[in-house]
Amino acid sequence: MSAPTLDEICVVNLADAFRGDGEILCNPIGTVPMCAGRLARATWEPDMVYTDGVSVLPANDFPVGMPDAPRVPESYVPYRTIFDIVWSGKRHVVMGASQMDMWGNQNFAAIGDDYSKPKVQLLGMRGAPGNLINHVTSYWIPNHSTRVFVPEVDVVSGPGYSRTRELPEASRQFHEIRRIVTKLAVMDFETPDNRMRLRSVHPGVTVDDVVENTGFELVIEGEVPESRPPTDEELRVLREVIDPTDARKAEFE
Amino acid sequence: MPDKRMTEDEVVAQLADGMTIGIGGWGSRRKPMSLVRAILRSDLKDLTIVSYGGPDIGLLCAAGKAKKVVYGFVSLDSIPLEPHFRVARQTGSVEVVELDEGAFYLGLMAAAHRVPFYPTRAGLGSDMLKNNPEIRTITSPYDDGEELVAIPARHLDVCLLHMNRADAAGNGQFLGPDLFFDDLFAMAADKTYMSCEKIVPTENLLDEGSIHTLKINRIFVDGVIEAPRGAHFTECPPDYDRDEAFQREYAATARDPELWEAFQEKYLRTANHEEYLAAVDAANQERAAAKGGAA
Repeated sequence: MSAPTLDEICVVNLADAFRGDGEILCNPIGTVPMCAGRLARATWEPDMVYTDGVSVLPANDFPVGMPDAPRVPESYVPYRTIFDIVWSGKRHVVMGASQMDMWGNQNFAAIGDDYSKPKVQLLGMRGAPGNLINHVTSYWIPNHSTRVFVPEVDVVSGPGYSRTRELPEASRQFHEIRRIVTKLAVMDFETPDNRMRLRSVHPGVTVDDVVENTGFELVIEGEVPESRPPTDEELRVLREVIDPTDARKAEFE
Repeated sequence: MPDKRMTEDEVVAQLADGMTIGIGGWGSRRKPMSLVRAILRSDLKDLTIVSYGGPDIGLLCAAGKAKKVVYGFVSLDSIPLEPHFRVARQTGSVEVVELDEGAFYLGLMAAAHRVPFYPTRAGLGSDMLKNNPEIRTITSPYDDGEELVAIPARHLDVCLLHMNRADAAGNGQFLGPDLFFDDLFAMAADKTYMSCEKIVPTENLLDEGSIHTLKINRIFVDGVIEAPRGAHFTECPPDYDRDEAFQREYAATARDPELWEAFQEKYLRTANHEEYLAAVDAANQERAAAKGGAA
C-alpha cells in the first residue's frame, strides 16, 4: 500500500465526523464527502444508511463516480422522504460553503450586499436552513483561503453558533456543526463559546499556514496535532472499493 | 370519465398576465418543457413562477416572462447553477422568494391542504427570514411554547406537470425514480395542466408500472396534453435521459445576447412542439455529422 496522499488524509478526517453516529442517514454531498461517508460505513460505522443520490439507499458498498455500478436497494427515499428524514433529525449532512465565519455561519446562497441584485448568485438557500436547525452538519470546504473564511458572510444560508445563540433553547436543541475539513486542516467548535477551533493540521501544513489563510482568529489551544493518517484497511477500502476510479482526486488537481 | 385532452396552445389560452404558475419536476428533471415553450411563444407577462427550479425558470426569466420566482434552488443538475437565472439575479431583473427546499415543500402542502401555514424549525437563525419578511413565526399553543416558522401556503393559480403516462381523464403516472412534489403542486393549484409522454387507455395504466406509480389522480387535473419528448431537454426516465449536449448549448447562450437570440430563433420561435422537436433533431444530426467528420 503506497503512502496516503492529501485527498486520502482529507477523506479519513472527514469520515471521522461520522464516528458514533450509528443508525442514521449519512448524507454527504460532493465526491470527497461521499468517499468519507461511504468509507466510514464500510469500515467502523456500519449501521449508517446512505443514498445513491437519486432515490435508493444501497445496502452494498456502492462506489462513487460509478452511477451504473450494481446496487442492492434496502429502501426507497425520494426527495420528499429525505426532507421528512431531515425533520426527524436522523441525518448527518456534509455541505460546502463559499463563505464561512468564525461562528460557522455558512453562505452558499449569493455574494454581495444587495439581496435583490447579488454580485454573484450562487446556489440559493437549498436545504441549508433546515439542515442546520434539525440535525448534525459538517462541511467540506477544500479551498482554505481568506476569501472563504471571512469575518462576516454576505448571506447566512446555514446558521452558525452566533445565530443560534440568539434563539430559544428549544429552537437550537438539534443544531450541531460537527466538523470542518479543508485541504489544510480540520476545525471544530469544541470551545466554551463555540468559536471555530483548529483541531488538527494536515501533514506538511503548519499552524501559521492555516492562520495566514483564515480571515478571522481561530481558537488555537497549545500544540495542534497532525491530522491522522488512514489505516491500511481504510486505504485499501477507499482505493479498491469506495473510489476505484480515483474520482476524489479531481478536486486536488 | 371525462376527456380532458388538449394542446399546449389551448393551455396557454387559459392563462393570464400576472398569474402564479407552479411547475413540477426538479432541477433539470421531468419538466413540462413543451408547456413552458408554449408560454414563451405567448404574450403572457408578469408571471410568478413557483418551482424546484431548472431550465423552466431560466427560460422564463431570459424571455422576460417572469416577474417573480419562488424557489429553493435553480439548477441544471449537471450544470449546478442555472446560467440564465444567474444573469436575471445579477441584473436584478426578477424578484425572488428564496426558500429552504423543505420549507418550499411545506408551503405547497399547506396550500394543498387549505391551511394557512405549516410550522417548521427550518429558517430559524438563517437569512431566509430576513430576506422574506412576509414569512412570520408562530408560538406553539401547547405547553412547550416553542417558536416556529409558519411557512405560508403557496397557493397556485395554475400548475404545469409532465408525466410519463396518463389517461385522457387526467390520471397521471410517473415511471422514473421520483415523483418529486408533483402531486402537491397539482393539489395546491386551482387548475392543473399535465403533459405526458403518451396517453394510454385507463385499463393499460398498469402495463408499465405498479399501482404505486399512479400518484396523480384526475380530481386534481384539468387538462391532459400528449407531448412525446415533452420534457426535452430535461430527463424523463425511463423514457429518455437528459439531452446534455443540448443543455450545454442552451447554457452557453446566457453568456452572449447574440447566442441567446440565435437559440430563440432556431428553437423557441418554432410554431409548436413538433416543429421544436424537428429543429432539435436536425441540430443533433448536424452535431453527429460534425463529430463524424472530425473523427
